[in-house]
Amino acid sequence: MDTTTVTFTLNGTTTALAVSPLTTLRTALRENLHLSATKAGCSQGGCGSCTVLVDGEPTLSCLLPLALIEGQEVTTLEGLSTRGGLHPLQEAFYDRFAAQCGYCTPGMIMAAKALLDRNAQPTREEIREALVGNLCRCTGYLPILEAVEDAARRLSQ
Amino acid sequence: MTRVRGRGIASVNYPTGMNLGGDPTQALIFCQPTGSFTVKLSSTDLGQGLKTVIGQIAAETLGVPLEGVIIDTGDTDSAPHCMGTFASRATHRVGNAVIMAAEEAKRALLEVAADEMEAAPQDLVVENGEVHVKGSPDRKLSVLDVALAAHFKYGRTISGRGIFLKPKGGVDPETGACDPDSTEAHATAVAEVEVDTETGEVTVLRLFGAYEVGRQVNPAMVEGQIVGGAVMGMGHALMETVFPYYPAQDHHTSSFGEYIVPTAMDAPQIETVVLEYPSSNGPYGVKGVGEMTANSPVPAIVNAIYDAVGVWVTDLPVTPEKVLRALEDKDRALSGS
Amino acid sequence: MKQLGIVGQSVKRRDGLGHVTGQTQYVDDVFYPGMLWLRMVRSPVARGAIRRIDTARAEALPGVVAIVSAGDVPNNWYTILGLIGVGPPDEPVLAHEEVMYQGEPICAVVAETEDIANEATSLVKLDIEELEPVLDVEYALNAEAPVIKKWGSNTFIYDGMNHRRLRFGDVDAALKQADFVVDGTYRLSPIEHVPLETHCCVVKPEPDGRLTVHTNTQALYFSMDNTAIILQCPSNQLRFLGGTVGGGFGGKVDVITEPVTCIAALKTRRPVKWRWTRREEFQNSSTRAGVKMEYRDGVMRDGRIIARKVRSLQDAGAYHRHSPYGAQKHMANVGGPYSIPNVWADVYCVYTNRQPSSAMRGFGVMEASFAIEVQMEKIARTIGMDSWELRMINAYRNGQMRPVRKVVEDAALVETLQAAAELAGHELPAHLRAMHSNDTGEQTGNHAYGGGGSRL
Repeated sequence: MDTTTVTFTLNGTTTALAVSPLTTLRTALRENLHLSATKAGCSQGGCGSCTVLVDGEPTLSCLLPLALIEGQEVTTLEGLSTRGGLHPLQEAFYDRFAAQCGYCTPGMIMAAKALLDRNAQPTREEIREALVGNLCRCTGYLPILEAVEDAARRLSQ
Repeated sequence: MTRVRGRGIASVNYPTGMNLGGDPTQALIFCQPTGSFTVKLSSTDLGQGLKTVIGQIAAETLGVPLEGVIIDTGDTDSAPHCMGTFASRATHRVGNAVIMAAEEAKRALLEVAADEMEAAPQDLVVENGEVHVKGSPDRKLSVLDVALAAHFKYGRTISGRGIFLKPKGGVDPETGACDPDSTEAHATAVAEVEVDTETGEVTVLRLFGAYEVGRQVNPAMVEGQIVGGAVMGMGHALMETVFPYYPAQDHHTSSFGEYIVPTAMDAPQIETVVLEYPSSNGPYGVKGVGEMTANSPVPAIVNAIYDAVGVWVTDLPVTPEKVLRALEDKDRALSGS
Repeated sequence: MKQLGIVGQSVKRRDGLGHVTGQTQYVDDVFYPGMLWLRMVRSPVARGAIRRIDTARAEALPGVVAIVSAGDVPNNWYTILGLIGVGPPDEPVLAHEEVMYQGEPICAVVAETEDIANEATSLVKLDIEELEPVLDVEYALNAEAPVIKKWGSNTFIYDGMNHRRLRFGDVDAALKQADFVVDGTYRLSPIEHVPLETHCCVVKPEPDGRLTVHTNTQALYFSMDNTAIILQCPSNQLRFLGGTVGGGFGGKVDVITEPVTCIAALKTRRPVKWRWTRREEFQNSSTRAGVKMEYRDGVMRDGRIIARKVRSLQDAGAYHRHSPYGAQKHMANVGGPYSIPNVWADVYCVYTNRQPSSAMRGFGVMEASFAIEVQMEKIARTIGMDSWELRMINAYRNGQMRPVRKVVEDAALVETLQAAAELAGHELPAHLRAMHSNDTGEQTGNHAYGGGGSRL
């Protein structure tokens, strides 16, 4: 079987993986690297549960061949908390009951992080737009919007 | 372009428990020599938070802090039978089974404490992880000390068994007479919508809801069911179908591009109030809430559409296409053509 | 109400930190060395007779380890409500003689990778003679329609009848007496649960012959007992692990993955994983039933609803699943939260050649509530009564008799109406504010509003 070696930065660490050419970033993360926070909700690019950051941009990892991110920086939820502490987004999601079944949560947090990284004081409308590609079936979204607003406040302090 | 607003209401009931009963749940509780209690269940948490609320019910009944309870669920080798999480049954049945088990465990705890403290068990209470004599808060022992004494000094167990079963009833085939539920929860929803008469699109602006749930174990989680249910109900009313031309199989949906569910941009403003009228047979009066919350908004939205533009669209989902056709039919009827 | 300490507090979720750190473990996160992947070959047609299933090319594909077909299933019947007496067994685990819906499972491919398994499914040749499907519930009841169920009817048979019936009072007499008769037809098309987590099952064969089954079922013992019946093994040969589900909503109670995955694990003596695709969730997993409901209500001038006549057709799709139970629950709830002295209902559980429907949030009740509440609005507009008043007059009170002949207790509809009105800024007149669920007289309360379908 053909393999190709892809070198990229994952959560701050240089990583090289030998994979078959069309292996997606999501499959590489979950199955090759055993980082299971990134979820497999659809493989159709429709639900957002596979969202990670590639060079800071929210990206659907389920449709992205690993080979296309050669040399780029990937951040997953596992890379968000530092030295055991929680990122303010994680704290806010926890405090605001913004996760029920938890399946959309990793993708939702990563999409929210991308938003707050580029817009530190988003309006509620801007939060809604930024998260439109992340489906949640449990919470009805309102606690998630509140959590992102809460995180923005915490980050500004 | 005309956007017309309307308001609609709907009031509903919802039964707690599997229809006709026959859906038991068992629970086991045991106390470790560390004073920590473990609740063994084979129940499932679907995200609604069962593990959390059962922890609260166990801690409340035992008289220990929340951290003093471990909820262990999901292994048929090591936990007794639970019928499952559905039919708004879980908090009700699992809760009742856990209360029964916790009360037995507490009785065993108090009997050991009574011997240790030279008091009568009926004169003792457990509060916040300590056993003390009623009216003499200084005469006390920690649950940890009682548990150590039980295990290593007296050789006695501190554990409990619980089960809740509403026995399965039948249905009279001629009349339909039956006993369908343990209790009924209630809700009233008010929907405010805006209908665009050019595109047929319906936007839900605000949802109000009053939910009567017997007793809230965890208000934030009840709110979670209310808001989550409301948005799912809105999707049902306006967007969702597997077969857009049902009963024809055409365009059978296969992806999120075809099956439309609400997104973060669709969630309306939602205001709620929760009422508590304890049921006679729920744990601390609990009634189920998980399903009712997705039901009440649906007819409220359809009624609001009628209020706005005077058409009944009673074939779900109420898509823009259906609204426009209904408006056209109404115009044609009015103009007599 | 008794004051409590911890019950009533919004304590944080026990699994909250696991969720926000992505460390909560779901079935898709379970991994075993040597694990194989399973993909299902499904019927391309809605109804047909299977002439031949040719798996030779699939088996020859490098990386394919096994095929699982009907002959591998010890007891190839899957009637999940058999344990509560619903029968006869009508659904094969894997089709062998006929297919009854587009997407019906026929045989499974088990391979080293998901990609190989996918490719192999396209190499299985199916020779199916297509038959005319029955897709419409009204047509299914028609004498001219083909009979698609083997017991000779397109409906579930309840105690010798092709419907469940509710008969309370004398509805025809009451309809004649009524000042107004209001009709409505209400329809639902099937919808999907759409949990973010798809169905997933991982089975590991243990050295002692037992099977460890990781599943995201909503009902562990229920799934285990049904799997044991299919495998023809004692239940204690199975160990079901689960309890953490990424969204259920009623869609994960159909025991739809465990039996075949178990058989694959037994056949290959290796761990096997079956993870459903999103396409399978939409097209093949159970939906909410499509429903057609016809309501006829008899109403007096003063707003009392004195008669309700209902005909309801539930589209069960090709097989029972939970539909016979759901249709029965629907029957029990057609009165709704109202006190109506004469209620008549015929509820049919109808089979069609469509992906089966089953439990979904509000099973059997949701559609009744929908029809009832839109019907209430139609009544209000027809008789010229305020919508709030109509509901509060007719709301059941404690001590009254429900159509299923159970005395109302724990009633609180009136109170939720009052609270919702206040929340929504709608002022109710004094006589409505004075009502409560334990009042016994004021069913015909004097109304402050006159005619007109007034805006709320």
